[in-house]
Amino acid sequence: MKRYLPFIIVAVVGLLAVGGGAFLYRAKRSATPTPKISKTETLPSGESIHALGPADAAVTLEEFGDFQCPPCGMLSEPINQLQKQYNLRVIYRQFPLPSHAHAREAAFAAEAAGRQGRFWQMHDLLYREQAVWSKSTDARALFSAYAGMLQLDLGRFRKDMDSSEVQQQVELDQHRGAAIGVKTTPTIFLNNEVVPPKQINPDELPGMVEAAVKKAKPSS
Amino acid sequence: MSRSRIQTIFYSAAALISLVGLAEATYLTVVFLSGETGVCGGSPDCFQVLGSSYAKIGGIPVSGLGALAYFSAFAFATFAGFGYGHARRFFAWTVIAMFGMTLWLLFVQAFRLHAFCRYCLFSAALVFLLTGLLVARPVAETEKS
Repeated sequence: MKRYLPFIIVAVVGLLAVGGGAFLYRAKRSATPTPKISKTETLPSGESIHALGPADAAVTLEEFGDFQCPPCGMLSEPINQLQKQYNLRVIYRQFPLPSHAHAREAAFAAEAAGRQGRFWQMHDLLYREQAVWSKSTDARALFSAYAGMLQLDLGRFRKDMDSSEVQQQVELDQHRGAAIGVKTTPTIFLNNEVVPPKQINPDELPGMVEAAVKKAKPSS
Repeated sequence: MSRSRIQTIFYSAAALISLVGLAEATYLTVVFLSGETGVCGGSPDCFQVLGSSYAKIGGIPVSGLGALAYFSAFAFATFAGFGYGHARRFFAWTVIAMFGMTLWLLFVQAFRLHAFCRYCLFSAALVFLLTGLLVARPVAETEKS
């Protein structure tokens, strides 16, 4: 028996490592939202937008968000769920508030990731890690690290983050928001109708979306 | 104390250290594969290291290679502890290779990335412990036998 004992010990440890790793991986995968196809769309007006879901969806949810705003972070995953559940078209607009130290740079990071087709992945990551980078003294280093995690070309990412095109894109979103009366984040429009701020929370937003879907498809 | 008893104690300690390293490296590999980032308790340095191009070799995460190395060290230490002669040599070569890799990774963190990841430092400490055991082993064996 002693002769076989080391084989048994090694085999058991090997199996435990593989099994434990696979179990942990599955647990983490189920907790991580599935990656989305990320494409920046250009409207006939020439304006670029970040949109998820079909262009002809019955309901379009347009969000003006700030990556450093905690309520925006709390809404990120519920909006993802609603998008899947109702096949919504979700449009994200940058609206970094001046009161948030790293919000503007976070918006640049998302836009720079978008230039490599990973806007929504960076969007999700920034919200998921909001508590971490918000308190960091070197948020930019973290954004670069996130870019690395998303397998982006880091040189290009850093260059894009500093580019005037990316900054312009963020400013365009901000101008658009200001023009239609956006003052705070998150501000959400459902088929161009503003959602009352009191109802922008994970508990009430699903009801608002459902109502908008019913309104858009009264027969169903 | 008999020579074989000292050897058993030595290789048991080495196997135990390798086991801790295997658990840590497996965790980091899973974190890498699942795309998770929240592993560093808010330290930007850690993200910088784990998200860098040095964290992969040919698309394979360095932590995965580390897990393989720790598992090998564990297996060889276990066999050596049970008196398999060749396993001692394999164990020594594995630890030497791990030590070399650790030095390279510490160099990368210090001089290329200018950031240290606490997981990597913990792993480095484990490898230094294994190396220390390896260096101390012939002395212990000669003195006590």
